[in-house]
Amino acid sequence: MTTTPTIAVLGVGNILLTDEGIGVRIVDELQRRYSLPEHVLALDGGTAGMELLEPLEGLDKLIIADAVRVGQPPGSVVLLQGDEVPKFFRTKISPHQIGLSDLLAALELTEKAPKAVALIGLQPVSLDTGMALTPEAEAKVPEMLELVLAELAKAGVVPQAIEGIA
Amino acid sequence: MTKRVTIDPVTRIEGHLRVDVEVNGGKVTKAWSSGQMWRGVENILIGRDPRDAWAITQRICGVCTTVHAICSVRAVEDALKLEIPVNAQYIRNMIITAHNLHDSIVHFYHLSALDWVDVVSALQADPDKASALAESLSPWNRNGKHEFRKVKEKIAGFVKTGQLGIFTNGYWGHPAMKLPPEVNLIAVAHYLQALEIQRFASKIVSVLGSKSPHIQNVAVGGVANPLAVDSQSVLTVERLLAVKEWIEKLDEFVKQVYLPDVAVVGAHYPEWTKIGRGIVDYLSVPDLPLDGKGTQFALPGGYIQNADLGTFKPITQFGDKYFEAGVSEAVKHAWYSYKDGDNATLHPYKGETTPNYTDFQDEGKYSWLKSPTFYGKPAQVGPLSRMLAMLAAGHEPTKKYATLALDTVSSLAKTKIGLDAMHSTIGRHASRAVVACVQVDELAHQWDLLLANMGKGDLKTYNKPTFPKGEIAGVGFHEAPRGVLSHWVVIDDGKIKNYQCVVPTTWNAGPRNEKGVSGAYEACLLDNPVADPEKPLEVLRTVHSFDPCLACAVHVVDKENDQVVKVKAA
Repeated sequence: MTTTPTIAVLGVGNILLTDEGIGVRIVDELQRRYSLPEHVLALDGGTAGMELLEPLEGLDKLIIADAVRVGQPPGSVVLLQGDEVPKFFRTKISPHQIGLSDLLAALELTEKAPKAVALIGLQPVSLDTGMALTPEAEAKVPEMLELVLAELAKAGVVPQAIEGIA
Repeated sequence: MTKRVTIDPVTRIEGHLRVDVEVNGGKVTKAWSSGQMWRGVENILIGRDPRDAWAITQRICGVCTTVHAICSVRAVEDALKLEIPVNAQYIRNMIITAHNLHDSIVHFYHLSALDWVDVVSALQADPDKASALAESLSPWNRNGKHEFRKVKEKIAGFVKTGQLGIFTNGYWGHPAMKLPPEVNLIAVAHYLQALEIQRFASKIVSVLGSKSPHIQNVAVGGVANPLAVDSQSVLTVERLLAVKEWIEKLDEFVKQVYLPDVAVVGAHYPEWTKIGRGIVDYLSVPDLPLDGKGTQFALPGGYIQNADLGTFKPITQFGDKYFEAGVSEAVKHAWYSYKDGDNATLHPYKGETTPNYTDFQDEGKYSWLKSPTFYGKPAQVGPLSRMLAMLAAGHEPTKKYATLALDTVSSLAKTKIGLDAMHSTIGRHASRAVVACVQVDELAHQWDLLLANMGKGDLKTYNKPTFPKGEIAGVGFHEAPRGVLSHWVVIDDGKIKNYQCVVPTTWNAGPRNEKGVSGAYEACLLDNPVADPEKPLEVLRTVHSFDPCLACAVHVVDKENDQVVKVKAA
């Protein structure tokens, strides 16, 4: 049997709405470039809600990548940590607040909330229909990926880069 | 004095719904239902390979991923007249029923129960009395005194810290809340248990679909699950045995907890069997095909007019001509333009998705949803339509569970409650629970069929599609949790030429059509009581009974002061 993950990197967003899909793109990129240890789960959550409850139970650390509205210039990258994250979702600025805030609250209620949470967000440039990120958002992917790796490193995980990936 | 109430939800799922009502004399006198997001997914699909459409369409909605995947492959298979292996039907059918059960449980307990259940009132409950009541209604083994005491302590803890967590945004103490404290406590306990149980439905979808929340296993021509009796890394008998265990857990919960809970809530809100009737022309489609072509189905569907089961006209097979010819869409009150003018209606094969945003105009265009009609009339879709069609078709299991639900309500309410009570806001909840009982039986049945067929040595799951030169068209339909979903595809030389999704929420939440006739949400909201326009709980009850994807944020606009009062609602 496989090891139960203790750390998860969750990408949320709708990949049909350009920059809304940034979270999913970050998780895709992480998986494409790095081989992750068995106890680290990379999860494309799309815009799902309660289906994600089980994979996120009892984690030591949850790292979320998402499109966020924080009143910063389009294309800004933000990092939120710890208590800021659930508070942030309670104020309902993220496009997916229902799914994620319900999810975090449900984990709280069942006493299986992650011990640490970090959110890496991008203020979207466009939310139009389309399957590609805007060039501005695309340009931020490496920076966001670095932040994900830094959060993983704080949890003692240094993923191995897969050789030969551009 | 007329007050205007605007309910504007915060999600984009299925098009970010907003509902406006005018309230006069404590009742809704006018209603507008508006999809607030432009859904141009159809345009993304044009020119693409039809074999890829399912993976793209399952991203339309976060709650209904699997349903779009399945409907899309059915549309392409219908265009090709491609028969698929019966194992593929069984696997898809199990995904369909497991997904539907997940949706029903989460919808009732986590997305709408708090419209009826007052969490704070549960603090006044006597856990021993609650236990005695619950045990008198059900053999469920988690209705004990100890369990209820624990739950009460837990709620007290949350209330004390001022953090109700998932329970925030409730209308505690609202005059329309009528459950006794003990029933509120039982409901909260089951709310927590449902959080655990819903995972079993998710697990089934994720094992069969190879991945969750976005399944990976469907394909035009069948499913990509290699079946094996013993090999590793495929769908083995061992994995299927685990699935069987999860089915049993769902079965217990749905029959011993969900159905009785809906009956108890219904019995305490008898007035809600007369509210939210609205449109009583009902459309559903048959589902869970039992043969490769889709000519026999485990669950019947069809069209019922004017709440009269005697008018039932069945829809009998994939590509059914009666269904295919009956659907059209209007845009007179929607933010689109048709080449032939906005009074036209278009069949989905000829459907156009050209945006024409005008701002919210009460008498003009006000929604991103189109207005679908069936032979010229709007229809209500969803579990109530589904249950009524199955009753009209003489489906015995449906009769059994519907009778059980009505008998339980009648004995609790100490008055005879008949089938007519189902044409209502609370009736939609009851129908969903009845259908869930039918579906959990079917989930087990489809499992048996799959295992029996594998036992015969048939492990086939896929027939390769070939695309002809020239133009072909097909429709895929699916009885999704929220009702009839159909995908319509026109394929030219193996590439998508046109694609239209007519989704359940469009049927129910669509704006007035070309004749000015309202869809189900708008019609069902008329005469809905509203005790306090600043806390329009009753409006939410009716809207939530359709299972719109998510919770809403409510903004109340007071016309006189032009002041926006923000009220959050779960």
